[in-house]
Amino acid sequence: MKQEYTISLFTEDHIGILSQITIILTRRQINIESITASESAVKGVQMLTLVVRTTAEMVQKVARQMQKLVDVLKVFVHTSDEIIYQEIALFKVKTKGLMSGNIIDHIVRTHYARILEVSPEYMVIEKTGHKTEINNLLHELEPCGLLQFVRSGRIAITKQVKELNAYLEEMDEAHQYKPDKIEAFN
Amino acid sequence: MMTDSEMMQVNEQVSNGENITGAEALLRCLIEEGVDTIFGYPGGAIMPVYDKLLDYQDKIKHILTRHEQGAAHAAQAYAMVTGKPGVCFATSGPGATNLVTGIANAYLDSVPVVFITAQVVSTLIGSDAFQETDILGISMPVVKWNAQVKKPQELPETIAKAFYIATTGRPGPVLIDITKDAQIEKLNFKYRKCNYLRSYNPHIPLHRREIESAAIMINHAEKPLILAGHGILISGAEKELLQFAEKTGIPVAMTLLGLSAFPSGHRLCAGFLGMHGNYAANTLTNEADLIIAIGMRFDDRVTGNLKKYAKNARIIHIEIDEAEINKNVIVDIEINNDAKEVLTELIPLVEKKSYEYWIREFRIRDKVEYDKVIKPETRPEAGKIKMGEVIRMVSDLTKGDAIIVTDVGQNQMAVARYYEFTAPGSLVTSGGMGTMGFGLPAAVGAKIGRSDKQVVAFIGDGGFQMTIQELGTILHYKVPVKLIILNNSFLGMVRQWQDMFFEKRYASTEMVNPDFVTIASGYSIPARSVSERKDLADSLTEMLKAEGPYLLEIKIDKEANVLPMVEPGASVSEVTLTYKS
Repeated sequence: MKQEYTISLFTEDHIGILSQITIILTRRQINIESITASESAVKGVQMLTLVVRTTAEMVQKVARQMQKLVDVLKVFVHTSDEIIYQEIALFKVKTKGLMSGNIIDHIVRTHYARILEVSPEYMVIEKTGHKTEINNLLHELEPCGLLQFVRSGRIAITKQVKELNAYLEEMDEAHQYKPDKIEAFN
Repeated sequence: MMTDSEMMQVNEQVSNGENITGAEALLRCLIEEGVDTIFGYPGGAIMPVYDKLLDYQDKIKHILTRHEQGAAHAAQAYAMVTGKPGVCFATSGPGATNLVTGIANAYLDSVPVVFITAQVVSTLIGSDAFQETDILGISMPVVKWNAQVKKPQELPETIAKAFYIATTGRPGPVLIDITKDAQIEKLNFKYRKCNYLRSYNPHIPLHRREIESAAIMINHAEKPLILAGHGILISGAEKELLQFAEKTGIPVAMTLLGLSAFPSGHRLCAGFLGMHGNYAANTLTNEADLIIAIGMRFDDRVTGNLKKYAKNARIIHIEIDEAEINKNVIVDIEINNDAKEVLTELIPLVEKKSYEYWIREFRIRDKVEYDKVIKPETRPEAGKIKMGEVIRMVSDLTKGDAIIVTDVGQNQMAVARYYEFTAPGSLVTSGGMGTMGFGLPAAVGAKIGRSDKQVVAFIGDGGFQMTIQELGTILHYKVPVKLIILNNSFLGMVRQWQDMFFEKRYASTEMVNPDFVTIASGYSIPARSVSERKDLADSLTEMLKAEGPYLLEIKIDKEANVLPMVEPGASVSEVTLTYKS
């Protein structure tokens, strides 16, 4: 059964890494629903957040193929309930369309949206939240004369306790491991 | 050419941090990595490097192939027989794109080859300059790693990384693209080998709990089977495999690239797996209650129909590449590590056993296969010459000790079936990619890598003509390889499929061939053509005794099929032993 997965990748800042990752998905005909690249909490480490819809089995296969890439430090796969995530959307709406009744008040209060700019011709509204919340606002604004709409990719923070730094330390330790002093690691 | 004193001067300058050009630094890096042979082809963008090669020709031998694809395959074969990484040079644009088949071939078969391509001057990149191509982008899906060098000072570190990545973990090809300005400009040269990358750690800690669980499963099995792959040879675990098999009494079947990992004549040898593999090994995969897969990846040519594969067995998968585990076949115990390390740990934990009843099952099926397929193929009494009898005769004459190179198709499957390998690493073939045209350049690379060994290549008339230009390389460097053209005037394997699955409609498979003996004579290669069985032994002996290169064309049965066959979509237990068209 297909469902939504968030793949969080920590990578070295190597040119072409994004291509290498997307190639793995395009080969398997997996569409990327959203993608966001940013710095991470660790200096020099890039973070990519991808949202894909696929099966549990397939997401494990592609995650392992991503982990195999030389410049990928660590790959995490999460379902939506395992992460805290947000998307941000901007709406440009005709000012005239919003002036009747108390539409603006309603939007700001019930959708927790913000107004970023007001001009006689248009207003720019910002909404941060989950995709469904943003879609709800989109449906309300559409009849009011929507001029532009843009939504960012997902950004996500994982709930797990172990952070990237701990994995990086483990990687350093594993490097010092020599076959002649084998210890039980698990 | 430098004199010794000049060379010493250069060495001294380098240790003092004297400036040298990027081109010279590249060669110094290669020397530091122990490289003494390069396969390649020059062109505009790589000329500064080739110019410097003249100064270093007493340390690095450059083999000029007749096409970049030939250089790529030769470098791969060189790596396979020497255990050292292969190195291959090509210029920008078409030079680089001509490598792609060879790179993909090395990637699918996990062979360490460092490809060096030249790139146009860095200021021209992206402008569709003359002979500019985005080789980083083109090669990305088929390399283990690639990178571009635009500044000479980045060169030593990048080359060091390239060798480290290519040769460790699951080996594979890497590609370094060097702009022409980075070859010409100078740098302060210092070289340090790479042995650590934060994001890439090939040394995986051994997980003892899984190894202990595997041992328990092995000790309780009733019909266990070992599937040995290329990973055994890459890891150098042939001795451990033999020890493990002999202690546990478990039969060993091999994948195409795993052939020669276990001695052919051994009583526990179950032979060759897959589409044209041995009857017992394939059918008993579905009878086994435990499969121990070591250094292999359950390729579709090995498994046949996955839905009906090994359903009675629990599966232990020992594999260094984690991405291969649970990819095609879901396993019960995964041991993500090097084959040799795992087997070394596993051997003391397993009990000494023997499975006479189970081995008997193999012998019964072996007898069936011998009577129906092997005997008529290797000891035919009448009719045209068969591939199998040629290969078995070479096997006997070389005592299974030659390095055997194949092309792709029927010739390859016949070699896999009928050559009795005794020396580990003595088969050079194109497995995952199935690249026709691999054989001839690979034979050149293998012979240059192991001049002490007899190198015999079996090539079909189709594949031979795909890279026939490499006869020029044999002539140029007097490479004493023995080439056997198994000529059926057909693209044999495609014809076989047309025969079996396309109602014998032979679309574009019959070949109008040149006179191969005449072609060989143009390259000053002694050659002979035989079509009669009575001349076979004599001509093969003559070929093997020849001091230099030799080409033997053997005209074989035109419409023979390689059997047995697990037909496409069939299960490994549904083996076609005989086929009447």
